[in-house]
Amino acid sequence: MQPIVEEENEYAIRATDAICINESEQNHAWYGNIKYLITGILFGIVFIKAEVISWFRIQEMFRLESFHMYGVIGSAVAVGMLSVWLIKAFNVKTVNGEQITFAKKQFNKGQIYGGLLFGLGWALTGACPGPLFAQIGFGATVVIVPLLSAIAGTWVYGYFRETLPH
Amino acid sequence: MLDLIKQPWPWYIAGPLIGLTVPALLIAGNKSFGISSSLRHACAACLPAKVPFFQYEWKKETWNLVFVLGIFLGGVIASNFLVNPNGIQVTENLTKELAGYGITDFSSQVPVDIVSWESLLTLRGIIMLVGGGFLVGFGARYAGGCTSGHSITGLSTWQWPSLVATICFMIGGFIMANWILPVILSL
Repeated sequence: MQPIVEEENEYAIRATDAICINESEQNHAWYGNIKYLITGILFGIVFIKAEVISWFRIQEMFRLESFHMYGVIGSAVAVGMLSVWLIKAFNVKTVNGEQITFAKKQFNKGQIYGGLLFGLGWALTGACPGPLFAQIGFGATVVIVPLLSAIAGTWVYGYFRETLPH
Repeated sequence: MLDLIKQPWPWYIAGPLIGLTVPALLIAGNKSFGISSSLRHACAACLPAKVPFFQYEWKKETWNLVFVLGIFLGGVIASNFLVNPNGIQVTENLTKELAGYGITDFSSQVPVDIVSWESLLTLRGIIMLVGGGFLVGFGARYAGGCTSGHSITGLSTWQWPSLVATICFMIGGFIMANWILPVILSL
């Protein structure tokens, strides 16, 4: 049964808390997704090779024993900022010639409460969502358990969303 | 050359490459880099259960699921062809501290003493794998994003709510790693 949702409402629901709502107006063939697969593969390899997926590196970061993770995140943000600035300055379009848009994030208290809970989980599992996928690929098959648990956590949030302070 | 690639990559190589994911996805199709959304799409696809938060056309976000499949495959490729045979080098302080909790296996990037199927039969294994995963999923969605969506994409686009979220990620992490984790590891 497909729920009947008005188009405008549908967009609003997806926009809530979702990072990725930059929807394409064009119809793309399925193989258009291959570029995301390749980006993902390269990203996963960097994750493994830089040991970003390592529980040990995360513990070192939170114990201020190593600069490695701060260097990775800091330089990633610096390159990201520069790239976004260049895209805006030169009005760079997508490969399909579409306008690149940026969604503004609204502040709510969830960023504080949720952020703290996420931080606790990050240090406990030694992985944020990206590394969970990479760790499974790396051969740590038991990480399927925290991944399923994270999906369950997402679901429970969705279920109790209305009753939680935001 | 391959030998060099097999060594752990320094932060000044890896960080900029991770940062380039932001423009790569924007130019590929106007997509904002974010990973925890994939967990929400999984809920919407598998068990929407009339929860309004999951009532949307998740198929429009297929790219995000394909992207995380890529991360998984990247892990498969790296572990088969680019693996560093020397295990992981951990700082002396941490090595000493972990030895006190019986964590002595540094052959993999994950601590094999905790992250294994056998450890799911122990209390600390359940707390860390099941509890930790739950907090990551619940917290990321409550915060509206994870390290990628907030700390990398959000900060790259100068969004102050993402800075708030990132600071809270770090505070939570410091509290867990320094004060709570030692108790859990002693179980």
